[in-house]
Amino acid sequence: MAKGIMTIDGQRVSFDGEKNVLSVIRKAGIEMPTFCYHSDLSTYGACRMCVVEDGRGKIDASCSMEPRDGMVIKTNSARLLKHRRTILELLLASHDCNCTTCEKSGKCHLQALAQQFGVRNVRFSDSRERAEIDTSSPAIVRDPNKCILCGDCVRVCEEMQGMNIIDFVNRGSQMRVAPAFNRMLSETNCISCGQCAAVCPVGAITVKNEIGEAWRAIHNPKLRTVVQIAPAVRVAVGEAFGLSAGDNVLHRLVTALKLMGVDEIYDTTFGADFTTISEAEEFKARLKAGGPFPMFTSCCPAWVKYLEKENPRYLHNISTCKSPMEMFAAILRDKYKAKDEEDGLKTYHIAIMPCTAKKMEAAREEFKQNGQPDVDLVLTTREIIDMIRESGIRLEELDLEAPDLPFGLGSGSANIYGVTGGVAEAVVRHCIPDKSRNALREIAELGLRGDEARKEVTVHLGDQELKIAVVHGLINARNLLKEMDEGKSFFHLVEVMTCHGGCVGGAGQPEGLNAVKIKRGEGLHAIDDTSMIKRAERNPVATRLLNEMGEEKAHELLHVSYVKD
Amino acid sequence: MDAKTAMLNRAGEIIDSYGSKRENIIAIMQDIQAEYKYLSGDVLSLIAEKLGIGVAKVYSVATFYENFSLEAKGRHIIKICDGTACHVRKSQPIYDAVYKYLGLSGKRKTSDDGFYTLETVACLGACGLAPVMTLDGEVHSKMDPDAALALLENLKKEEGAAV
Repeated sequence: MAKGIMTIDGQRVSFDGEKNVLSVIRKAGIEMPTFCYHSDLSTYGACRMCVVEDGRGKIDASCSMEPRDGMVIKTNSARLLKHRRTILELLLASHDCNCTTCEKSGKCHLQALAQQFGVRNVRFSDSRERAEIDTSSPAIVRDPNKCILCGDCVRVCEEMQGMNIIDFVNRGSQMRVAPAFNRMLSETNCISCGQCAAVCPVGAITVKNEIGEAWRAIHNPKLRTVVQIAPAVRVAVGEAFGLSAGDNVLHRLVTALKLMGVDEIYDTTFGADFTTISEAEEFKARLKAGGPFPMFTSCCPAWVKYLEKENPRYLHNISTCKSPMEMFAAILRDKYKAKDEEDGLKTYHIAIMPCTAKKMEAAREEFKQNGQPDVDLVLTTREIIDMIRESGIRLEELDLEAPDLPFGLGSGSANIYGVTGGVAEAVVRHCIPDKSRNALREIAELGLRGDEARKEVTVHLGDQELKIAVVHGLINARNLLKEMDEGKSFFHLVEVMTCHGGCVGGAGQPEGLNAVKIKRGEGLHAIDDTSMIKRAERNPVATRLLNEMGEEKAHELLHVSYVKD
Repeated sequence: MDAKTAMLNRAGEIIDSYGSKRENIIAIMQDIQAEYKYLSGDVLSLIAEKLGIGVAKVYSVATFYENFSLEAKGRHIIKICDGTACHVRKSQPIYDAVYKYLGLSGKRKTSDDGFYTLETVACLGACGLAPVMTLDGEVHSKMDPDAALALLENLKKEEGAAV
């Protein structure tokens, strides 16, 4: 990697291994505007907002320029400012500028930069044909009329997830981003991971907004609204209210939901403890029976959907355990049946998730009873942030309140479900007979944690040597499957999370680069560290319920098969 | 074996002949189109599968180049030159007359009976003979609407007689 000193706007700046001039400029404290540059993805160089001028007046994009020793550049000359304004004007000319009612208003990069660069007039008229809005996906809305062709969605879909559901179609003035054959998203293999929406700088791809349904339920006196909150949500909501990524705001969130009129507030970690116990038991049973291996974790609905659509022969390997959200919901439905009749109310169950694919999971036939879904509505972290804002609640100033009993109690190992490696760690904690403090520390040091794309760990259980892998970012899971196809690798247990970083990096979370996702994960580990209950089987409510339930009932409520015969 | 399976088998052979390498995608598409005059959706999906890339990527490449056609074409292809020289020597009325003769509408370029497909071409390099048109690659010079239609009538009659 290159090392040296360059001059930016007359100021000498040293660089050491930065991958492009843009990163050096940002390091020097200058916020270079970009649309198509996303540091977690490959460099595309299409938007030309990051242009710089060299000593001889040559203008080029800093994102695709390698830093060289002795380089002299300007970032804000009169010509550059004029270019940027013209680019913005041209983008606005072919953009549906109904800003005030746009899902992305206030968070839109185009809106922000047009404001920043003082674009008050657009001299060009929009000559494009209006394109149809695609609402066919259960999780994502695509509005091509707002697309600025930066290609972030195309690259995240291909590079991070390996899916390539959308790509550029046609060229020149006819260019669009669309699925193959201009199909609707529902007609493709899209797994609803939503990462395209997470990186879209404008409102061209957004997460389906279901805030209206939530308010209607909360305000309906005939409904008992019961909420469950996923682990990754509590370490991200605060970001929208001036708190840091990783700050646990669960208790403020409970207060806010109470103020908004929600009746009962529980914790998805309660469901996750059931998942850990069931999944660990299933794993032990498979070890006894000699397979099938690997056992894949089943918490991530986008991962399950991927196997169904593109690799169905591995469906036999996936754990039969429902996800924590669906386990929680099934138990809630079962327990509240009698209560609902008694109180003359209907329970309306809302799950607050960091995930867009959970909207798709909640609508699956497997999780419906007599046409009624166990989870009535999934709200993303961003949607709940918007609802808190709409209510005028200043989250950062609220008093703290604990979730309700009995389903508000979860172990520390359930909290780390929200970060890559967490599910595997929870299962290992349950499987290893040594329950001492030092055993927990050893498990923490195994190498299941961390941001590496794939982590491989060997665990000794009695005289058995168990090989465990943890992958996040679907492309890494796909590569692992390919190796297994070729017989190159073998594992007993594989944890897969579709999104990079695990659920903390879900597409329902506030916008954030990898560094932010890592901080959220650290926040979850901190919750685990300070939990009195570290292991699923030590959750007294969960174990009592599980014992009462009996095997048959447990199978009905907690297990599901995705295999189609 | 029906026509569709035959086309997919042949496309598979062509892809294999290029070692199923993704850097050969354009050559593969050109070869398949040379034989079948267009690239069907199934063919694009097959290319994606064999090269190990997404269908969206293949579709992206296919729609980027004007030369690739994603719709089945007629048995005979008419190209009317609309380069500068032909244009000023009134190629447009020829195009309009043929368009009407074939009963086309909107973006539909192929006649209902699947006999003719009408296209334009930017320049054939025969500006001295303008306006020109080609019928299945054969150049016809100094055309006018009547001559063009007579040409098409003729071919149709000949083939009709042969069948």
